[in-house]
Amino acid sequence: MSLVARVRAHALALWRTLRAPSRHYSLGFLTVAGFVAGVLFWGGFNTALEATNTERFCTGCHEMRDNVFEELKGTIHYSNRSGVRATCPDCHVPHDWTDKIARKMQASKEVWGKIFGSIDTREEFLDHRLVLATHEWARLKANDSLECRNCHDYDSMDLTRQSPRAAQVHKLWLGTGEKTCIDCHKGIAHRLPDMSGVPQG
Amino acid sequence: MRNKPLAVAAGLVLLLSVLVFVAGWMFGRLGARHGPVPAAAGAPVPVDARAVFVPGGGQIDALRRGVPVDQEGHPPPLARVENADLRRVRAYPMQPPTIPHAIDGYQVDKNSNRCMLCHARANAATFQAPPVSVTHYMDRDDQFLATISPRRYFCNQCHVVQTDAPTLVANGFRDIDSVLAQPGGGQ
Repeated sequence: MSLVARVRAHALALWRTLRAPSRHYSLGFLTVAGFVAGVLFWGGFNTALEATNTERFCTGCHEMRDNVFEELKGTIHYSNRSGVRATCPDCHVPHDWTDKIARKMQASKEVWGKIFGSIDTREEFLDHRLVLATHEWARLKANDSLECRNCHDYDSMDLTRQSPRAAQVHKLWLGTGEKTCIDCHKGIAHRLPDMSGVPQG
Repeated sequence: MRNKPLAVAAGLVLLLSVLVFVAGWMFGRLGARHGPVPAAAGAPVPVDARAVFVPGGGQIDALRRGVPVDQEGHPPPLARVENADLRRVRAYPMQPPTIPHAIDGYQVDKNSNRCMLCHARANAATFQAPPVSVTHYMDRDDQFLATISPRRYFCNQCHVVQTDAPTLVANGFRDIDSVLAQPGGGQ
């Protein structure tokens, strides 16, 4: 009996078993067990997903900890008077479930990069920096700076509490919908790469 | 009933859902009843942040704010950067204008120049900012360049913010207009 035929026979037997009604377990047991297994699976899945959505997880790798995280520390989104802190996923992972899963699937490329050491040194990071930043600018431009607006909503802004020039520019460009946050606020949380040729503002 | 097992399975799932919901609700109430954790007793005594500052107190070293050299004074409170966006008068005609707004976190290095985002000639109208003077586009041979001259690139070399800190050293400077306005000043 050749190998192919044997595998085929096993597959057919498995298929027949799966197709057949349960012989030993009652319908009640299967329903309850399926429900419990579903709860456990979904709970576990979401717990694991949220575990990858923390600052601790992101800065577990030297690529993030030594480069972008160090730069974030001095900015207003990390150290400020009110003690509210934006963590990595607040800006870099969509909060909406479907978009979050899509972003997490994209992140498998980053796992690949981690395993094969695409960014092992500071120099390699600086070489890649413009490409990496361009990805994030394009994403925020495409979703109209959604991750900014999760906290900074134009309709909730009290323009009178802003400095006059900030209020004026926000009203002129953000209020009319002509520009979105990332158009002017590139480099708000990390240092900018060489910006020659990149439109700002 | 044509499909009794299906109805039973659906009923079971519904019942379990209700049970899980009730269990979650009860656990949630249990956690909420504990209330906030009481504040820790014996908090450290707040440090007096006021400086011993005597303006014009006759001390030689104004930076020590009158504190004897063998003692350590409390640091003065941090001064706030004036952010009113009102242009200030120049003390003399060639003075680089001071910056009337906060510039926290502005990146000015070989990669990017945050000041020029608004103050470049091309962007001035967009942001309603005063464009930098044409002299800033000239090299040392007075030839005009397309972009800001490298020798003028680092704005903070000449232009600085102002804070509300009290002046440490008295200054008797008077600008030329007040000198001229004096009786017999224009002679």
